[in-house]
Amino acid sequence: MNTESTKVVAKSTLKPTQSNSRTEHLAVKEFTPLVQKLIAYVKLKISKPSIKSGEFYGAPGAGDSRLISVFSTILFISIWAFVTEMGFIDPLFLPSPVDVFEKFLDIANNGFAGATLVQHLSASLTRIFGAFFFACLIGIPLGILIGCSYILRGIFDPLIEFYRPLPPLAYLPLIIIWLGIDEGSKVTLIFLAMLAPIILSARAGVTSVRIEQIQVAYSMGASRWQVITQVIAKGALPDILTGMRIAIGFGWTTLVAAEMVAAQRGIGFMVLNASEFLRTDVVIAGIIVIGVIAYCFDLLMRYLEKKLVPWKGQN
Amino acid sequence: MNTLDIRDVSVVYPASQGGEAVTALSDINLTIEQGDLVVALGASGCGKTTLLSLIAGFIAPSKGYLTLGDSSIKGYPRVACGLDLGDEVMGPGADRGVVFQKHALLPWLDVMGNTEFGLKLQGVGKEERRKKAAEYLKLVGLEDFHHHRVYQLSGGMQQRVGIARALANNPEMLLLDEPLGALDALTRESLQELLLDVWQETNKMMFFITHSVDEALLLATRLIVMSPRPGRITHQFDLTFNREFLECRDARKVKSSEAFIKTREQILSIIHGDETDGKGA
Repeated sequence: MNTESTKVVAKSTLKPTQSNSRTEHLAVKEFTPLVQKLIAYVKLKISKPSIKSGEFYGAPGAGDSRLISVFSTILFISIWAFVTEMGFIDPLFLPSPVDVFEKFLDIANNGFAGATLVQHLSASLTRIFGAFFFACLIGIPLGILIGCSYILRGIFDPLIEFYRPLPPLAYLPLIIIWLGIDEGSKVTLIFLAMLAPIILSARAGVTSVRIEQIQVAYSMGASRWQVITQVIAKGALPDILTGMRIAIGFGWTTLVAAEMVAAQRGIGFMVLNASEFLRTDVVIAGIIVIGVIAYCFDLLMRYLEKKLVPWKGQN
Repeated sequence: MNTLDIRDVSVVYPASQGGEAVTALSDINLTIEQGDLVVALGASGCGKTTLLSLIAGFIAPSKGYLTLGDSSIKGYPRVACGLDLGDEVMGPGADRGVVFQKHALLPWLDVMGNTEFGLKLQGVGKEERRKKAAEYLKLVGLEDFHHHRVYQLSGGMQQRVGIARALANNPEMLLLDEPLGALDALTRESLQELLLDVWQETNKMMFFITHSVDEALLLATRLIVMSPRPGRITHQFDLTFNREFLECRDARKVKSSEAFIKTREQILSIIHGDETDGKGA
């Protein structure tokens, strides 16, 4: 009984809406051919206009986005300049791009917080790449061996999975207690943040090696060690490079935390120091410097990827 | 003179989640001697590849034993956890070269690098292994492609590199898992001829898996027909069509001979019989 009554209700409510939409539809057709044409034009522009040579129909996201990126960046900076130069926002909260650039030149020439920009940068880069070097040195072989051996996997898996999601700020106090406040603790903090993605990517790379490649190597007389070094390690290289890229990114995000305690120099220290004195222009200049340098290293890593593993994504 | 002996071998894949244990091979008996070119033919899922993996040492038999010469193939390495288990136990090794249907080339090495890979593993000097690899690349018609990247080659060329790589390693026995399955008809015929030439010249043992009845008849000295559920050998034929072919070098002539057509019909009816059996069950 109940279901029948609801059905009837549903039918009765359906009818008027149907007729309504029909009349609306007619109205749209009669009154807005221009709007429709406009919509069609925009649709045409947004969708890919044509398939260029060397592209496949249906490949998602195909096309060159670089020009658009240039325009969107310029547009963003223009909006920033507009709202600040017109005085809509207090410079204490957001200084204008021109002010930030002038401050950047000032830091570069005269320094800030007791060191020049180059000194700050070289201190930070030394920490990041020192940590990166050790993270690769330990993480890559360890990740490959963990991928190859169930014993090592059993030993290290819980450790890595436990510490990996911890925020570096959480274990920073421990590291300071253990290692003191010198360079050692700073590099260690960044190193730990970088180690997990490198180990995990190397391990994932091992599983991506095709079993046929391994079997063929064995059938050509390879020992287990030869298979690991000559086939698995090289087959895992694309994934390892991706992991290294991610690790460098983690390094930059951990840098400020590492330079929070007892640093005299460092770009992260500079930003923290400036924020204490409400020097927003220095903070923004520092952030932009970090962002640009991190981006440049990412481009370098992508270039290395193209050179070192040209077969990635092929076949 | 080594002989591969397979005695009462069964392979049972243990039950996985929610499934039943699968008997991939049941009571296989097969002897392959020097100069035998054994071709396995049968529908998908009849255990051809499992049989090849057994011989190669990639998997272990659940029952029965395999021996090559004096050694028993057990599917695990001779050296385990630093202990040398001795010559009588062996897994995969350089004496049994494998060619897969889909090439298993190493993309970070060029054509030459892939071909000399096995020799390099065994510590053969650079000049010697280069010379040997070049010899086999010439044999498969890739002498002008030494430094090409393997992933930029066509499927047929990749497969030829795979064959050259297996041959350059000079195994006692060559295991080929549908090596020509993905190739066009012309390449396929030229590679069939190439394999027969190599076989005649070197007198190697070969175990060859195929789906194509014509290919099986043309190549085999012994043809084994396999049948699924459980995988087993149902028929064996001793054939001489490959000798005829090596004499006249005309595949079409051999294939149009009365004996060839008759045998092909016989085998096709066996395979079709299998299929209808399967449907009835």
